[in-house]
Amino acid sequence: MRLRVLGTVAAAIAVASGVAAQQATPPGALPDSVLEARTSAVAATLRCPVCQGESIQDSPAELAQEMRSVVKDMLREGRTPDEIRAYFVGRYGEWILLEPAMTGLNVLLYAFPIVVVLVGGVVVFMLVRRWSRPAPPTADAPLHTDLPPT
Amino acid sequence: MNWKRSLIGILAAAPVIALLAYGFTRDPREIPTPLPGRPAPVFALEVFAPGQDSLARIPGDTVRLEDLKGNVVVLNFWASWCVACRDEHEALSAVARAYAGRPAKFLGVLYRDNTAPAERWIEQMGGQSYPSVQDARSRTAIDYGLYGVPETFIINPQGAVAYKHIGPITEDVLRFWIDSLMPRTVAGDTARSE
Repeated sequence: MRLRVLGTVAAAIAVASGVAAQQATPPGALPDSVLEARTSAVAATLRCPVCQGESIQDSPAELAQEMRSVVKDMLREGRTPDEIRAYFVGRYGEWILLEPAMTGLNVLLYAFPIVVVLVGGVVVFMLVRRWSRPAPPTADAPLHTDLPPT
Repeated sequence: MNWKRSLIGILAAAPVIALLAYGFTRDPREIPTPLPGRPAPVFALEVFAPGQDSLARIPGDTVRLEDLKGNVVVLNFWASWCVACRDEHEALSAVARAYAGRPAKFLGVLYRDNTAPAERWIEQMGGQSYPSVQDARSRTAIDYGLYGVPETFIINPQGAVAYKHIGPITEDVLRFWIDSLMPRTVAGDTARSE
């Protein structure tokens, strides 16, 4: 009985909060928590212009915070993360992206570590194979030099 | 065998050293701007400092970029807390005055500052010949890819950004760009009248 009452109360709270959420957000608009999460995700990919290697999500600088609010406004208007990043690239150049786009010469940037690891792997493999191979006997060295005298 | 190893070592190290050497030739503080050559971001900003004489605008008026089409527009971002802005103030005011009545418009845009200290600053500097506008929430600054002050943008009569200047701008740079962007007949008149 007590469980049933608790269940009813929980259901009533869930319905009420759902109604409240519907009242708080206009139709078609993102709920605040979702908007905030999407803003953080996009802001984390954009460099703060007045900081040293920090994103506008992490930086407390006022310009970074203003830029973050631009991101939020654009998401609210229905623009996609890629459109927002393109807006900032159009203003600040590709420098504004914390992770450079994988196009043109930037591909080298991404490929270089992979190539280095592959080449390193081949070198290590060849060295290990050489080390583990038994050394061929040499003509002038006796095979057993420490045999006990008979 | 040894010379082969040395050769491989040199070949492996050469690109890395070349890359580092190239890095030393670059200014790490320089941020490339994609704006020159592109249409200038539009704005509609409210005047708070009127400017002087024939260049004056009524405080509270809205200045729109599209209303300035046909003019060379000098857009200078500044702030009262910006020390370097003091160095360029006289040049900007003097050149704006020299080009009054010609198709060259100067506009100051206040960056991350309040109008009260900005007005005091203008007074301390002996006035500003051209009007200044406020940029709420730095939206125009972000639209122009600003990362500090002073920065000056010179917009051609067709409405495209022709030049971006980072740091205090000089009279020579201003005159060079205005003269080269102004319609030829008007620029000729300017040269004759000086």
